[in-house]
Amino acid sequence: MTILEGLYYSKDHEWVKLEGDKAYIGITDQAQLELGDVVFLELPEPGDEFSAGDSIGVVESVKAASDIYTPVSGRVVEVNAELTSNPERVNEDPYGSWMVVMEIADHAELDDLMSPEDYKAYCGQEE
Amino acid sequence: MSYDRLIIECSKKGRRAYSLPRLDVPETALPDSLLRAEDAALPEVSEVDVVRHFTNLSQKNYAVDIGMYPLGSCTMKYNPKLNEDAASLPGFSDIHPLQPESTVQGALKLMHEMERMLCEITGMSAFSLQPAAGAQGEAVGLMIIKAYHLHKGDEKRNRIIVPDTAHGTNPASASMVGFKVTQVKSNEDGEIDLDDLKAALGEDVAGLMLTNPNTLGLFERNIELIAKLVHDCGGLLYYDGANANAIIGKARPGDMGFDVMHLNLHKTFSTPHGGGGPGSGPVGVVEKLKDFLPVPVVSKSNDKYYLDWDRPLSIGKVKAHYGNFGVVVRAYAYILSMGAEGLQKVSETAVLNANYMMHALKDLYELPYDRTCMHEFVLSRLKDNPENITTKQIAKRLLDYGLHPPTTYFPLIVREALMIEPTESESIESLDRYIDALISIAHETVEAPELLKEAPHDTPVRLLDEVSAARTPVLKWND
Repeated sequence: MTILEGLYYSKDHEWVKLEGDKAYIGITDQAQLELGDVVFLELPEPGDEFSAGDSIGVVESVKAASDIYTPVSGRVVEVNAELTSNPERVNEDPYGSWMVVMEIADHAELDDLMSPEDYKAYCGQEE
Repeated sequence: MSYDRLIIECSKKGRRAYSLPRLDVPETALPDSLLRAEDAALPEVSEVDVVRHFTNLSQKNYAVDIGMYPLGSCTMKYNPKLNEDAASLPGFSDIHPLQPESTVQGALKLMHEMERMLCEITGMSAFSLQPAAGAQGEAVGLMIIKAYHLHKGDEKRNRIIVPDTAHGTNPASASMVGFKVTQVKSNEDGEIDLDDLKAALGEDVAGLMLTNPNTLGLFERNIELIAKLVHDCGGLLYYDGANANAIIGKARPGDMGFDVMHLNLHKTFSTPHGGGGPGSGPVGVVEKLKDFLPVPVVSKSNDKYYLDWDRPLSIGKVKAHYGNFGVVVRAYAYILSMGAEGLQKVSETAVLNANYMMHALKDLYELPYDRTCMHEFVLSRLKDNPENITTKQIAKRLLDYGLHPPTTYFPLIVREALMIEPTESESIESLDRYIDALISIAHETVEAPELLKEAPHDTPVRLLDEVSAARTPVLKWND
């Protein structure tokens, strides 16, 4: 299982990559391993606004369908449409497969997320 | 000719399985607007082709009449043929739902008595036989909960609590009825975490949905305390009857503090299901919720049974006519033929069978919650598993042994879950046969793992490519 440096991690196994006020959000390698082959993705529309913890979409694998939760509040400015037509990209490259870009409202929310080390320990605990 | 094809592929132009008698009335031409421009695309086959095609298909089927069918939380018990005799009686099978009440007194009496018997078995005050199956029963129960709170003028209760072991239908039904869903965790004993429950409770809680025993096959020992906590905050308790086979004749949801519940007649009361027949999910309520039950209610006055529609607080009608009546007749026959003592024996034997299998398998398979189980138990991965064989591969391999696999990957809180419910129907010999197969598969996992990776070998269709099927589904037979 791969955990990248420089990202923030949530307990629901999403990652956040920050670029200024823009947050790229996707699901972690651990999440895609748990889910198995991803076959379908439902993502929000640009302009949609969410609070941290809201469900912003659905990821469906052969095994299960799970909600995707945004770890941060804000407005969706971009959605990765390429991913919805090629959901297998989530399995092949989970950290390259951002799902949405949010313009984040409150940088302090990032303090609630985990560092790579903490996330690693968290995944170990869940085992 | 091979009948391992679709019937449309057996078609030969001009073949017929019928011949109409000679026309003995004057011929009348239909207007053009009512005539087909081209023939309907129906298969053209002879009678013998029809019979062979469907007989061939039926022989590929697996059913509880063929062998053990240990689907956890689904209670695939044997369906006694006596039930079918009862349902075929002309007084039940040749009547119409719109007949005058005076001509169907026997059918109404059966419904009335069935409601009374279900009340006695569960400790509820009244039942409606209308819901078509479990999930509709849940929706009806939740509509009753909603109607109750609104009737009291309590409009803030918009949240339903479900534990993380719940059947997926619980949160789905709550959502369909317009509630928000809060999930509470299970503790290390596999029961509701009381601290998490307390944190979730509040004055916006409409109720808690609970299956007892839960989907881990474990009895919620704190049920009285749970009921008190929910009631103290003004909420109601919903009992999901999917696992009632573990408790009938022994414990009653009404005595545990539940206010609303459904039973699955097609599980607990031995009527065919899983492709074999429609379900039936009667909903029971305590006294204070009686007035909210669906209309009509079968009532009795001056020794006559009638359908009472005059119930202003009722949530309304939820199903055409009076529910799946034929299923109710079968379940009624089952209850009468078992009797009170027989029903006690059912739950005792169901629990004994599950514990017997659990103890025989727990040395080879991980058992995350190692305590006396009720009517079902949940295993996890194999203990000795160098090739990382999954539960799915074990389930597929069971097909090679001619056995129906158990429920897999549920409940969600157990990794690689393998959930076995043998039911009371099985003899010790058939339990042993199933145990031997699972033990043999455990050894194969180490000695010949490729057997599991390639399974199933002997089924009409081998291992399916589920990923391609889901990503690029072919939705038409022939483009």
